[in-house]
Amino acid sequence: MEKSAHRARLVKAPEHFVSQDLIADINANGIDETRRGFLRKGFLSAVGGAAAGLTAPMAFAVGEGDPAILEKQEWQTTLGKNVATMPYGVPSIYEANLIRRESPGLTRVAASSVAFTPLQGLFGTITPNGLHFERHHQGWYNLNPETHRLMVNGMVKNARVFTMNDLMRLPSVSRTHFIECGANTGLEWGNVAVPTVQYTHGMLSCCEFTGVPLKVLLEECGADLKKGKFLLAEGGDGSGMTRTINLESCLEDTIVAWSMNGEMLRPENGFPLRLVVPGVQGVSWVKWLRRLEVGDMPWNTKDEAVHYIELMPNGMHRQYASIQECKSVITTPSGGQQLLDKGFYNISGMAWSGRGKIKRVDVSFDGGNNWRTARLETPVLTKSITRFNIDWVWDGSPAILQSRAVDDTGYIQPSIKVLRDLRGNRSIYHNNAIQSWKLDSNGEVSNVQVG
Amino acid sequence: MSKLDKLFARLALLALAVFSSQLAYAQSSQGATQYSGIGRNATPAEVIAWDIDVRSDFKGLPKGSGSVEQGQAIWESKCASCHGVFGESNEIFTPIAGGTTVDDIKTGRVASLSDRKQPQRTTLMKVPTVSTLWDYIYRAMPWNAPRSLTPDETYALVAFILSLGEIVPDDFVLSNANIAEVQKKMPNRNGMTRNHGFWSVNGKPDVNGSSCMSNCIKFVQIGSTLPDFARNAHGNIAEQNRLYGPYRGADTTKPSMDKLPGSAGEGLAHAADTHAASTKGPAALFKNENCSACHAPNAKLVGPSIADIAAKYKDQNGAQEKLMAKVKNGGSGVWGAIPMPPQPQLSNEDRAILVRWVLTGQ
Repeated sequence: MEKSAHRARLVKAPEHFVSQDLIADINANGIDETRRGFLRKGFLSAVGGAAAGLTAPMAFAVGEGDPAILEKQEWQTTLGKNVATMPYGVPSIYEANLIRRESPGLTRVAASSVAFTPLQGLFGTITPNGLHFERHHQGWYNLNPETHRLMVNGMVKNARVFTMNDLMRLPSVSRTHFIECGANTGLEWGNVAVPTVQYTHGMLSCCEFTGVPLKVLLEECGADLKKGKFLLAEGGDGSGMTRTINLESCLEDTIVAWSMNGEMLRPENGFPLRLVVPGVQGVSWVKWLRRLEVGDMPWNTKDEAVHYIELMPNGMHRQYASIQECKSVITTPSGGQQLLDKGFYNISGMAWSGRGKIKRVDVSFDGGNNWRTARLETPVLTKSITRFNIDWVWDGSPAILQSRAVDDTGYIQPSIKVLRDLRGNRSIYHNNAIQSWKLDSNGEVSNVQVG
Repeated sequence: MSKLDKLFARLALLALAVFSSQLAYAQSSQGATQYSGIGRNATPAEVIAWDIDVRSDFKGLPKGSGSVEQGQAIWESKCASCHGVFGESNEIFTPIAGGTTVDDIKTGRVASLSDRKQPQRTTLMKVPTVSTLWDYIYRAMPWNAPRSLTPDETYALVAFILSLGEIVPDDFVLSNANIAEVQKKMPNRNGMTRNHGFWSVNGKPDVNGSSCMSNCIKFVQIGSTLPDFARNAHGNIAEQNRLYGPYRGADTTKPSMDKLPGSAGEGLAHAADTHAASTKGPAALFKNENCSACHAPNAKLVGPSIADIAAKYKDQNGAQEKLMAKVKNGGSGVWGAIPMPPQPQLSNEDRAILVRWVLTGQ
């Protein structure tokens, strides 16, 4: 980019353009036309480039201070952009590196793939909508909200149809919850496979969702919730994604949602309607939701019988493993990052549990031998991301950083060894193991597994 | 409404069509219990149109039939390009057939799931129920044309897939009448367990971590790391992190640094330019650079309108260069008392784009 010259500027008066001899002469004999001419000539040559619109930079010698302070910057000396230049704002150009990314070689077709959230660059707990991870089974669409319908049928008194106009008139709630794909960190069951937290944990986001409680809709349709213990949620996309929801477990906090973080859902995340099933793996948060059917048994759909099942060492598959258990990860620093120098660092990360609230997070700097308890940032919400921070002074020697979360059921995040000993290493789903980041003396952080 | 009613309704669909078309758009709140004026009852035809799921007890399965032979013909024209002629392809999706044996059909457990002889788990190694195949193919296949298959075509395709796993013979005709019998022969029908604590929020976890706080392990052993050859497999990590702040990305196009970069970050990768290449059109540039503060498209503001400038310089040789100089160095009040201030901040390229647009509209 061409460095701008300056407009709307104050030009510093030139100094020392008059020779000592002329000064003495004027002092002695006063000013006349000849001397005035000398003055004028001297001044004009002194301001030289100014006529071409360039500022004479203030001449500070090297070492007098930081050029970022001593030299005027473009944004101090020119007129900035108008309001609404960007009618829908976008991040700074300096944030261009933080985008959703695919993991090379993970899938063969981009319509049935994943784009991971860049957790290494996020703060706090909320995922910006443009960075919310994507996972589609048959591509995504911009559905027309005018023609979108939600049908509720099955074990209900009245099978009913709702338009978006109808749904958005109903009493709504706004709740902040994490959504995590059941296969998040699945690449790491067998061994370390990917370099950064974007790829190890990036099928994770957290938003404030707004919508109508599922219970309100089901009761409105006269659902038989005594016999009808299960709900089929169906998407309006090409895959017609169908998932069985366990109403005994999920009836109270499931939301039929149209909004994320204060605006309508993004099309990649189900616009105009999706199911929000707090604590349950993302695949059940059916996008482009078009139908809810109450029934008395699970449906055994393709994504409940061929995928999202977990292979155990004895050759059996666990079916309907849905809850995302307590998990945490340090995001700064994390794999692929480079620390600049020794000294103080705020070590920061995220913790979450599909069974409730985060109660505490411990952090180890020596590969799990000794632990210190981190600070939890408020608010600590149920089935939501909680941010933790801990102070650390790095002395420059190698270290292995880990975080270990505990939720309010008392469950403690396990090591990868504990998980593998029980479930083997071909399970793919529900890997909530403690993550290890190795920090080398050269400042590079890498993904390792310990034990 | 029950699925049995649904089947009956399917037969009566024609009779219903006239009736329901009048009902469908009546925004009656009939059936509303608590929220008046919101929603309406679904018509039978609407429920039939959307409620296509098939459960493992075959509730929802439409009547029909299809043979392995018919299935093979459809398969080769609509499915083989992704899944391979024998369902063996691993090009686009994981293979559908393979890894199951005649013994598995007897036991209902796929032996290769535990003996690890099969490199990849195929659909037939996993799926416990025929209903799952029927439901999914009917709802979502072919991948680029979902909902284009008839029930009979779906029966035929399921029959063909089952024949690939030798679950049915090559002359088999699958129908709603015999599908439940076929389901009893699925190789992995006994291979699923729901005996775990992950189905309900109140379920019991299968493992638990340690609460140890000090001297927890004798020896830290690193069991797995990324091999050096994979250092750049996910692209340059430097370009996937902020270029400022305490946590930069390592330049994975180069070997690791020997020592710490130091507080200035010298030696670290810096993408030369984070600015997305500007592809803004001239009209946007005109607004962003505040030209529009003085120049409107057709009306005189402080300065002349774009239309007036274009008219004045129409067909003049050298107009482009002349105006580009004027924009850079300022004007002298050609159009009135107020001179145009110099605009030295514009790159030559941007000035050329702006002037060309003012003169030609292009």
